[in-house]
Amino acid sequence: MNETAAQILIGVGLAFDLFGCIGLVRLPDVYNRVQAATKCVTLGTCFILLGTTVYGMSAAMGIKAVLCAVFILLTSPVAAHAIARGAYKSGVRLWEGSVVDRYGEEKHPSRPPDERTEPAQAGEPLGAGRESG
Amino acid sequence: MTTFLLIGAVVLLFAAFLCLYRIGQGPTAPDRTVAIDILGTLIVGFCCIMALWTGQDFYMNIAIAWALLSFIGTIALAKYLEGRYYDE
Repeated sequence: MNETAAQILIGVGLAFDLFGCIGLVRLPDVYNRVQAATKCVTLGTCFILLGTTVYGMSAAMGIKAVLCAVFILLTSPVAAHAIARGAYKSGVRLWEGSVVDRYGEEKHPSRPPDERTEPAQAGEPLGAGRESG
Repeated sequence: MTTFLLIGAVVLLFAAFLCLYRIGQGPTAPDRTVAIDILGTLIVGFCCIMALWTGQDFYMNIAIAWALLSFIGTIALAKYLEGRYYDE
């Protein structure tokens, strides 16, 4: 019973991991890739860790797997957000098929959409007043 | 269960090779950083598979340490991409 449940959980986790990495290869720009890969791989690895707990080989292994799952759930979105923010500030353009850019609209309201990823110039009005460039 | 874990290890290795493709091919530096982050998370899952396969506890210690160090490294790379000082 435990073995069957663990196999189902680990199988679902492996499927999520694989699809996340296919998304990392197939999608067109950094922002789409960070979205697909982070969400799928975080959930998939947490499923694998839960499957390790459910299999019940030893108590120490189960407790460490739960700890590791909680840590990955907390830190992986933070890392993905930091990478996406760093990519935007370092000037990586959006894919030409993207339809909305709320961060750029808020940060540089006076610019045309193609130039919003460039760094802020001196004397330029900044939206929302939070970013000093 | 051993056959299942073997299939799981092969699937994870294939996913890791997809990440390596993105690390080598990615047109910009953030692409490579994302792929390094995802590769670290995949290695945590691979450590679980190895722990179940061999029945040894210490693979879970490796998984926890790898998750911590991967997070710290990714944050440092993201700050570097942002083009600011580390102690801001």
